[in-house]
Amino acid sequence: MAKYMILIYGDAEQWDAMTEEQWQAHNAGHAAFVAKAGIRFLDGQQLETAPTATSLRADAAGRIHITDGPFLETKEGLGGYYLLEAADLDEVLELAKLLPELNYTHSGVEIRPVVEHG
Amino acid sequence: MSNAQVEVVAAVAEAYRRDWAKVLSVTVQMTRDLDLAEECAQDAYAQALQTWGERGVPDRPGAWLTTSARNRALDVMRHDSVFRRRMPLLVADEAVQGPEEVLDDDRLRLIFTCTHPALSTDAQVALTLRLVCGLSTPEVARAFLVPPATMAARITRAKKKIAAARIPYRVPGPDQLEERVGAVLEVVHLIFTTGHTAPFGSHLVRRDLTDSAIRLARLLHLLMPADAEITALLALLLLNAARQETRMAVDGRLVLLSEQDRSRWDRPLIAEGQSLLTEALLRRPPTRYALQAAIAALHAEAPSWADTDWEEIVSLYEVLHRLWPSPVVELNRVVAVGMRDGPQAGLDALSPLLAEPALATYGYLSATRADFLRQLENWPKAAVAYEEALALTDNEVERVFLTERLTEVSRNL
Repeated sequence: MAKYMILIYGDAEQWDAMTEEQWQAHNAGHAAFVAKAGIRFLDGQQLETAPTATSLRADAAGRIHITDGPFLETKEGLGGYYLLEAADLDEVLELAKLLPELNYTHSGVEIRPVVEHG
Repeated sequence: MSNAQVEVVAAVAEAYRRDWAKVLSVTVQMTRDLDLAEECAQDAYAQALQTWGERGVPDRPGAWLTTSARNRALDVMRHDSVFRRRMPLLVADEAVQGPEEVLDDDRLRLIFTCTHPALSTDAQVALTLRLVCGLSTPEVARAFLVPPATMAARITRAKKKIAAARIPYRVPGPDQLEERVGAVLEVVHLIFTTGHTAPFGSHLVRRDLTDSAIRLARLLHLLMPADAEITALLALLLLNAARQETRMAVDGRLVLLSEQDRSRWDRPLIAEGQSLLTEALLRRPPTRYALQAAIAALHAEAPSWADTDWEEIVSLYEVLHRLWPSPVVELNRVVAVGMRDGPQAGLDALSPLLAEPALATYGYLSATRADFLRQLENWPKAAVAYEEALALTDNEVERVFLTERLTEVSRNL
């Protein structure tokens, strides 16, 4: 078994413009995903949108700079994540296809394997 | 070299072409490490050169090589206690004796792993040529005109992704199979078309690529004979390959289908293609490759370019365009319309395509238009169109052809 992170990306403006009914359908989609994932689900959260983010970087002298906003300024920002445990990528792909972000063209998901130490 | 040595070298070369995929894929199943399996398979072939020279070529060379590669792998894994893997083990199921209808072949596992949709098309093609067809990395690099180091990096990156993201070494289940076979066939088709009209360079056809594609399609057909789409692709490749030798004159000039010496077409290959096509067409509705093969078959059957069944070819292109809308298919339909109804009709049918953004830099569009204009004896416009086509073509052989036509047209100006 291996761990995978599913990173959910999308256009925050479009998420903000969603109606109450759309959110209900969206959340039902996530509930269905979690139910289908079963014991493979380890963790998962929705994140506040990018304008609430705070980023830290160090300069060459080692001074730490705190900035307002996400680390990477992109139109599509990180909106949430899941941490899953699965046997292989095909298993994760099958699950990820259920995610409601794939009902829209502005959003999508990225699957990243988690590095296993030892 | 003595005669015996020549025979051994030929036997090893033949076993390489025929059995490489089997030897490697069985070894991968055991090592679950692509690099180690590749090294062991290569060692087995090197060993064969020596051992077969001393003791003669075994009755079953493939089995000998597989055993030798597996023993070598066992050796490495048993004795080298410090053997450390650079990458995690591949995810592979234990090979189990399943029901008959379950596809259980190591070569299929290897093919489906190399063409997994989580890999880029470039990576899929490179891995398939390297691991399944057994081309060396410099050979794969040459086929796609990239430096060997770039190709080596591309292959290493793809192998690393397979291991780290745990792309399984497995034949997909029934619910996934059709989609995944489609991806495999796209890779095979791409390898063939890259070889059939090499996009750059001084050769029109690259036999190493077209032969690899045909061997792959034959292997897939052997392993999955009931799959109509595989059957249709094999038919298409054979029907195109049958004309391959006549597409270039001895001096390297491009010979158009209309000018080719039809007596030199490979008739047994055409017959095989036709019979496979008949098999594939039993499935309704016909698939993309079956339609393309049907068009190729009509060309192969025609006694001459003029006496080709253009009516039928136009309607096949219409069906193909509905099934698989593509400006290139539409352009081919226009060429057939021009043959059926004359150059003016062809030119009229072509005009909507001139605004098609996907064809904006497509040399064949200009070349087709130039040819219609040349037939209509509109010399000034034909010359401009040939110049346009020349500017858009990188293949040397095609450039020579277009330059000749331009000279011919310019004489009438």
